[in-house]
Amino acid sequence: MSRIGVFVCHCGHNISQTVRVSELAHFAAGLPDVVVAKDYRFMCSTPGQDMIANDIREHRLDRVIVTACSPLMHEHTFRKVIEKAGLNQYLLTIVNIREQVSWVTDDIEEGTAKAKALLNGAVYRARLLAPLSSRVIDVNSDVMVVGGGIAGIQAALELANTGKKVYLVEKNSTIGGHMAQFDKTFPTLDCSACILTPKMDAVLQHPNITLLTYCEVSEVKGYVGNFDITVRQKARYVNHDKCNACLACTEKCPGKGISGWDEGLIKRKAIHIPFPQAVPQRPVIDRDSCTYFLKGKCRLCEKVCEQKAIDFEQHDSFLNFKVGAVIVATGYDLMDTRPLIQYGYGKYPGVYHALEVERLFNSAGPTSGKVTMRDGKEPQAIAILHCVGSRDKNNYEHCSRVCCMYSLKFAHLFREKTSADVYQLYIDIRAAGKGYEEFYNRIIEEDVKFIRGKGTRVAPSADEPQRLIVEAEDTITGKFVRLPVDMVVLSPAMVPRSDYKEIARLFNLSTDKNGFFMERHPKLAPLATMSEGIFIAGVCQSPKDIPDTVAQANGAAAEALTIVSRQKMELEATTAMVNPASCCGCQNCVRVCPYGAPFFNEQKGVSEINEALCKGCGLCASVCPSSAIIARHFTNEQVLAEMEGLMEF
Amino acid sequence: MSFEPKILGIACNWCTYTGADLAGTTRLHYPQNLRVVRVMCSSRINPSFIFRAFQLGADGVLVGGCHPGDCHYNTGNLYARRRLAVTKKILEFAGLEPERFRVEWISASEGNKFAQVVTEFTAQIKELGPQQKLKIDELLEKI
Repeated sequence: MSRIGVFVCHCGHNISQTVRVSELAHFAAGLPDVVVAKDYRFMCSTPGQDMIANDIREHRLDRVIVTACSPLMHEHTFRKVIEKAGLNQYLLTIVNIREQVSWVTDDIEEGTAKAKALLNGAVYRARLLAPLSSRVIDVNSDVMVVGGGIAGIQAALELANTGKKVYLVEKNSTIGGHMAQFDKTFPTLDCSACILTPKMDAVLQHPNITLLTYCEVSEVKGYVGNFDITVRQKARYVNHDKCNACLACTEKCPGKGISGWDEGLIKRKAIHIPFPQAVPQRPVIDRDSCTYFLKGKCRLCEKVCEQKAIDFEQHDSFLNFKVGAVIVATGYDLMDTRPLIQYGYGKYPGVYHALEVERLFNSAGPTSGKVTMRDGKEPQAIAILHCVGSRDKNNYEHCSRVCCMYSLKFAHLFREKTSADVYQLYIDIRAAGKGYEEFYNRIIEEDVKFIRGKGTRVAPSADEPQRLIVEAEDTITGKFVRLPVDMVVLSPAMVPRSDYKEIARLFNLSTDKNGFFMERHPKLAPLATMSEGIFIAGVCQSPKDIPDTVAQANGAAAEALTIVSRQKMELEATTAMVNPASCCGCQNCVRVCPYGAPFFNEQKGVSEINEALCKGCGLCASVCPSSAIIARHFTNEQVLAEMEGLMEF
Repeated sequence: MSFEPKILGIACNWCTYTGADLAGTTRLHYPQNLRVVRVMCSSRINPSFIFRAFQLGADGVLVGGCHPGDCHYNTGNLYARRRLAVTKKILEFAGLEPERFRVEWISASEGNKFAQVVTEFTAQIKELGPQQKLKIDELLEKI
């Protein structure tokens, strides 16, 4: 016989408007083993919590059922409540009558009936629950940050400044990310390099940061507090310990490859550093454009290197790190606009995308900061097309949030550096941010032509060869416009990195429909993920500007710190166990477990489970032919009893 | 009164259960015939759970898990996928309409899909009518 207490929450009107809560409490009182059943306006409030705690003591309850919002929301809260009142926290059952009942119907009869069935199932299950003791594990105090853009840099510095050891992994040969490609940043027009490079250098100099450039994470094992991560160091063919960055090699190298850093606008040497302020200031050889790797001879770099740092025999190597928490800050790509053939990107040389234009403005860029086009001429008229592929149901529905502002910045820089007429073709101007509206007003004053209407087509001009015609509907005048221009700038949708699926798989992250990493809760846990100990920051979560990215990075650092600043932490006790009396020794469990938790004890002839490795999925329990494995908290008996209860009403 | 089926759902904690919560948070309405049991992973589902549900009188059973390849436990749903495919065959062999058992991959961000699947499945089960083939009372009567 159990002594069950049922507590039904109104959640204000959230639940009570489509579930008759007092009727539900009355119904609960009549269910087997229920000794007290109450309803209350806000069960999660302090009086609500106190009511539960008092009833546990007064009625000597040994099971508690809270009938309220999703367990994903408040299970933790109520576990703490019953634990404080002296009950084991696993003797709690949550019935989700908000997200899965009251919010998905407007029929109070249906809602109440479904809530009764769910509650009945919970009572059946609660009677079979067993107290469990939490596992306490040691926590590794180091952190890994994946991605060396502004988000990763900021998070790494914050953590390192608290004294924690940080491994910063970056797949390129330099840190800096997209921010290092920009010339100016809106709305202050700060020089991007001037504010970023000191931070890049601080990363390099920081005694607590191990910088791992030209590296990619290849395997992640373990769990919160004890991740075991393998990183692939890609072959640079340059021994960075010997290199003194004289860069004589880059002068002599005859190999030419496309510069990804300059968005393909120019070629760079096969042995190269991406840009003058790169961190670390060490070159790498790109195999695909190196004459030696392509033709089998050259090795000029080797000849000119006085430090004997060139090493053509280098191979990829694998490094292993143990950390307590991980921050993923892998950033974004711009959408590939070539499939949007109406804009002619890749077909007409006068059409550019936003990152190319950033490089054109940059004094370290392909044109040394002069605005000249692919044909070497300065444009006389420029059209900037907003929302290319974003806010577009045929491509990406989301707003990329920064395009309005950088398009305004482009207009300013074009007006400053050229005598060109600048047109903005926009749907709305979204200038929500500190100083953004003011910046917009300033650009309006700068003789920039604003046309409210989405650019619909770019085509070559019939009258003037070399020029382009941009077509749009001006939705203010209601007129169709055709603008003759020399240069078209597309502001494409920001999308996740092309390899986001691989990152999601490695770190066990969920993604939204566009591939951005899912946060644990959109409002209250925007940096945590469903994988405990793994946090996200920056644009890999959703498009955002630099200030928001930096704020998130600081937040993610603080979140990681809440884990690694502890020496020990509690893990869920819901692991699997083997009943040796009925184990037949088939080792099915050993074969299927993705974590290697079950192992075969040769001496006893039965399987056993290493609880430290078990994550509690229950797979082994359902492949066990003799039902010898018990998935704690989700046992066969508990699940079947709940089903029985659900089907009764 | 029209036939209101009882549908048992079994959803994994990380994807489909969270997706069902999202359907609620975004106030997407769907029929109230579904009662969901939460498990940590779809791989926890023993075929006997499905049979038991039909014995208990479920008119339909809906299993939801993460998309193959996206399992929170790496490979759990791949095992579930194979096992549940066999389960469906056995149900069919036992004489049950296979349409009464459905497996769907619904991610945490697919609240829309959850609501849509439940709506469709409920309509389908209504059309099939009450399930009597495996229901235990009916079996006992026959014996």
